Amino acid sequence: MKWKDYTCLPPQFRDQRVFDGCGISGLLNVDGERISGQKVVDMLCILSERENGLGAGYAGYGIYPKYKDYYALHFLFDHQQCKDRVMEYLERGGYIIHSEAIPTKIPAHVDFPPITWRVFYEPRKMKSISPNEEVVQMVMEINSKFEGAFVMSSGKNMGVFKGNGWSHEIAEFYNLKEYKGYMWLAHSRFPTNTPGWWGGAHPFNLLGTSVVHNGEITSYGTNMRYLESFGYKCTLKTDTEVIAYLFDLLIRKHKIPLSIATTALAPPLFSEIEQMEHKYQYVLKNLRATYRSAMLNGPFSIVVGISDPIPTMIGLSDRKKLRPLVAGISEDENTIYLSSEEASFRRLMLDSINGFKFKEIWHPKSGTAVIARVGDGLLKKGLEKPFENVNLSIMGGATI
Amino acid sequence: MSNNNKIEINAISDENPLDYKTLNEVIHRALSQGKTKIVLNNVCGQRFIGASLQGNIELIINGLPGNDLGIFMDGPRIVVNGNCEDQAGNTMNDGTIIIHGDCGDVIGLSARGGKIYVKKDVGYRVGIHIKEYEHKHPVLIIGGTAKDFLGEYMAGGIIIVLGLKINDDGSVEESNHPICGNELGTGIHRGKILLRTDENLEENLGIGAKLFEITESELKQIDPLLDEYCDAFSIPRELIDRKPFKVVKPISKRPFGGNYCGQIV
Repeated sequence: MKWKDYTCLPPQFRDQRVFDGCGISGLLNVDGERISGQKVVDMLCILSERENGLGAGYAGYGIYPKYKDYYALHFLFDHQQCKDRVMEYLERGGYIIHSEAIPTKIPAHVDFPPITWRVFYEPRKMKSISPNEEVVQMVMEINSKFEGAFVMSSGKNMGVFKGNGWSHEIAEFYNLKEYKGYMWLAHSRFPTNTPGWWGGAHPFNLLGTSVVHNGEITSYGTNMRYLESFGYKCTLKTDTEVIAYLFDLLIRKHKIPLSIATTALAPPLFSEIEQMEHKYQYVLKNLRATYRSAMLNGPFSIVVGISDPIPTMIGLSDRKKLRPLVAGISEDENTIYLSSEEASFRRLMLDSINGFKFKEIWHPKSGTAVIARVGDGLLKKGLEKPFENVNLSIMGGATI
Repeated sequence: MSNNNKIEINAISDENPLDYKTLNEVIHRALSQGKTKIVLNNVCGQRFIGASLQGNIELIINGLPGNDLGIFMDGPRIVVNGNCEDQAGNTMNDGTIIIHGDCGDVIGLSARGGKIYVKKDVGYRVGIHIKEYEHKHPVLIIGGTAKDFLGEYMAGGIIIVLGLKINDDGSVEESNHPICGNELGTGIHRGKILLRTDENLEENLGIGAKLFEITESELKQIDPLLDEYCDAFSIPRELIDRKPFKVVKPISKRPFGGNYCGQIV
């Protein structure tokens, strides 16, 4: 059997984008304790009705403590020549600290598997541009201009493992149970408009931000044009890509507090805003006006992982709750879980060896983010009103 | 019912949950052997449990049933000891589903008959497009609270939301969540939604829905249903009378008629 479509879509589908309805899971240990990837694999594989074997992926944070100060670049290559070209390009722009194959268990029936590779990298210091920006530009360059090469992830002390297959196949292929991380995201895919390809599987990543997504972003065109005005290149023809870049833009570049950024992406309806206190009206209307083109429309539920400055996991569903999202907290309150279905949590409880229990399982409100952070624990349960417990001060002489 | 008619089924084999197809086949096999009471243990998100079953059967589910519990069901009684995922009672025709926990979204969608009793809270779009016909009147009673789009496009039947917090130890208090979300009964054109609350719900109403005071005949109509509900979850009946009911009913049988053919309805 020949596997294919590692680094780009099959030619006949390159001008379309992918709609999908999928399974997502995530977990974060608030003490920063590293746990085996097997747990998130169990959570995801129970949702097998939500996938059709055309893509699955995992993102692990805290998996490379030895190289935690360097950018961990995960690659897929079609051929050795593609790899050589990319390595040459990387050496021109910085220092390769360590370079090795990502170990895989290749099924016996597969003839030409992709080359899975990781590089721990330090870009050469430049005065005009930050190292983060340099890496972003390199990723955009490789993904758009280097044939036969694809960057799966580019954050520090984290990595994305994805491919075209069932969730359990991909987990076995990358041998995920051997990795330990304090945050894991997982996704199994049910693409409905185009066939799967390896790079098109979730999570989508840029630097420390990874996104897994279930749904369809109908505002893709608007979001894409908005992002392009900030220099992002949407090359993957799929709607989830814009979510990863929007989080990168709002949080890393514009430095907006997380709970405000998630409100900008899924803001309350104007009819709801009209009923609020005047100062909230003022802020929300301004927020909606400023980030009009960043707003995500259409059905979605997402889990987002951010590693910088403090590792954080975010769960968010669309304002009309057209996709499911369930949250849970372990009995010892040190791990927060998110999933498409409660079955993921029940799966962990069936694990008789660990005697696993949940303190609480709840359904977050639509358009309201669940936010959990290493060190701080569960910051938002996703049941709050907009700006609840947020200290608002409005500057600039505005009258409110 | 003698013990001969009862069977226990473990939904796990070798530490792995059975897939939904296998589990439903095991249920069907038990029914064909004449079993009428089936206890399912360690259920973990398997979908379509009780799909299209007919007759006088009882299913007890220990664990978490997956989406579409009791889909197209016509007669059986299902008791879930725990939470339930989305779409329970999808297009059911008759029977009873009793859930001792929370429920996800879209419970009872398009139900044409039967009863769904939920002990705790439910999610979005509960009771969407439930409908009635002659003697068929679907009933949904929710002990806790609901979220947005409750009774959306409702075409008949009754939804009752009690706004209680029924704890696992049996104690009952008033819930501190809002009784329902926005877009309450949007597009409703038959049937009614009864909410036990003194909140002002004017702002929550969706298109085509209107608030009414409860009438004597409506109180009489729901009385036996509430008795049955309180019995199912062992709640003192008098607790429910402490707050008044508000009723949401349609203003028109065709709220969107004008959108399509220009008629004023």
